[in-house]
Amino acid sequence: MTVPAGTAVTLESGGRSGDVAVALRGAAVTLGGQTVFSNVDLEVRRGEFVAVLGPNGAGKSTLMRTILGLVPLSAGSVRVLGHEPSETRSEIGYLPQRRSFDSETRIRGVDLVRLGLEGGRWGLPLAVTAGARARRRIERERVEEVISLAGAAAYATRPIGELSGGEQQRLLIAQALVRRPAVLILDEPLDSLDLPNQAIVAALVQRVCAVQGVAVLLVAHDVNPLLGYLDRVIYLAGGKALAGPVQEVITGPKLSELYGARIEVLRTSDGRLVVVGSPEAPHHHGHRH
Amino acid sequence: MSVGPTFSLDLVSDVRELLAFPFMVNALQAASIVAVLAAVVGWYMVLRRQSFAGHTLSVMAFPGATGAALAGLPTAVGYYLACGLAALAIGRTGHSGRRRFATESAAIGTVQATGLALGFLFLSLNRSVLGGMETFLFGTFLGVSHDQVLTLLVVAVLALGAVAAIGRPLLFASVDPEVALARGVPVALLDVSFLLILGLAVAATSQITGVLLVFTLLVAPPAAAQLITAQPVAGLLLSVAFALAVAWLGLGVAYFSIYPVGFWITMFAFGLYVSVRIGRWALARRRRP
Ligand SMILES: Nc1ncnc2c1ncn2[C@@H]1O[C@H](COP(=O)(O)OP(=O)(O)OP(=O)(O)O)[C@@H](O)[C@H]1O
Ligand SMILES: [Mg+2]
Repeated sequence: MTVPAGTAVTLESGGRSGDVAVALRGAAVTLGGQTVFSNVDLEVRRGEFVAVLGPNGAGKSTLMRTILGLVPLSAGSVRVLGHEPSETRSEIGYLPQRRSFDSETRIRGVDLVRLGLEGGRWGLPLAVTAGARARRRIERERVEEVISLAGAAAYATRPIGELSGGEQQRLLIAQALVRRPAVLILDEPLDSLDLPNQAIVAALVQRVCAVQGVAVLLVAHDVNPLLGYLDRVIYLAGGKALAGPVQEVITGPKLSELYGARIEVLRTSDGRLVVVGSPEAPHHHGHRH
Repeated sequence: MSVGPTFSLDLVSDVRELLAFPFMVNALQAASIVAVLAAVVGWYMVLRRQSFAGHTLSVMAFPGATGAALAGLPTAVGYYLACGLAALAIGRTGHSGRRRFATESAAIGTVQATGLALGFLFLSLNRSVLGGMETFLFGTFLGVSHDQVLTLLVVAVLALGAVAAIGRPLLFASVDPEVALARGVPVALLDVSFLLILGLAVAATSQITGVLLVFTLLVAPPAAAQLITAQPVAGLLLSVAFALAVAWLGLGVAYFSIYPVGFWITMFAFGLYVSVRIGRWALARRRRP
């Protein structure tokens, strides 16, 4: 994409890879009177690809929403690019968990991606000055570029509600990427994708992460499609978190300690990891029913 | 009308005959203002699936009118107060988050029932307003004064100006509230603001069109437009065009017929919506036989 100097700055995000993008210190979250997790320390650098793993209800989504400043901490601190999360919202690309649009949603995929870019702006989108028109054109090109990057160009102009779950997911990934965020938070982006598409999306995220120096936090239930791309994993269970390289965290002894139950990790001949013996959705705080 | 004007095949002379009467000119001006306002506000309402809220707000004209009569206030004041209060009540009880428009319906139902009950109470305390019931339901299209047209214009400019100012964030918050919230868009504030704009639009127009008609113009043209296009700007323009066409046709035909304006506008709006639905269905069948 060739853009006039000066105008492009609005879309680029500053910062070098290697800087700390997300930092949590002794973070704890209490929801509805119950502690979801506590004492979580975490540092994610720019250009780093981190997977967030853990059983259902472990607090993965809550952790992501904490980094977005949508859930308050009950203890500890969270910093995004050195600031309070609420001050850096425009620097974060976010894909919430299991968001789908039903067939009656009458808006096109491309409009949704566009809203990711300019949905926060007040006033009418009138382009009267030459500068405004130039910016408009750059933004339109950016929307097209990111849609084809996500491989969603073929159906971007169809109403989003008429698309399949996987097609919707690709457009939503494009929406999360459109502002060239410094931090990318993807809550189960592989959720409704088939295996080949999981691999394609994982590769795409890794490319964006490496080329643009984005700090990526990706929530997943299966680490295998991501194995070739990850820098580190964070494993959440039992209200605690464990972070480190895959081969150090996803091991029998480490997971057994985290769950407080005997867990085994098997490695298949093609390098895939299989976690066996994990208790069904362990809840450290017990359920109300 | 009792004079019994006759329709000739010469359309130009028919329109000229129509415009020779000041009351028809006022009616056309009022209808045009109402149509544009309802089409734009209604487009957002249909997109947000808040038709039930819109209907409830239009029903609030009942306690508004009877309450004003009881308190000795001008009817218009009663309309604005009742609609404004109801908008705030619905907005405050509404949830934020994923399914907020669905969960909001219980709150709206309660507001509607309360409004109707209050209306009946006021009516039983002061029966003098009973004579105006037909006007209340079907409007006073052909008795609109020049001052009323001016008032309507001021309200419409205010409401449309507000929509223009919050247009894009409102669209973002309407179709994608979770991401909008994460991006710092004040979703809850926009929810209440939109309800207030809707209340303002309903209160202003229902004084002239009646309770039933304002709802017709608020729903049918935008719904038909959204069936045809999922592109926001095109949808809004099409919605305005439909509403204007329906209003003008209704007024014109009513002038030459023995049936009231409200009936004709409702019939044209209904016909428009049904034919668009059938058209879409036929197109879909042709494409996928
Ligand atoms: N608003 C809330 N009020 C009370 N409790 C909540 C709220 N939101 C989440 N929780 C609780 O917090 C815990 C963590 O939820 P969270 O959605 O973060 O889990 P998760 O790891 O993302 O699970 P999943 O894999 O199913 O997506 C759950 O026990 C849930 O019941
Ligand atoms: Mg989750």
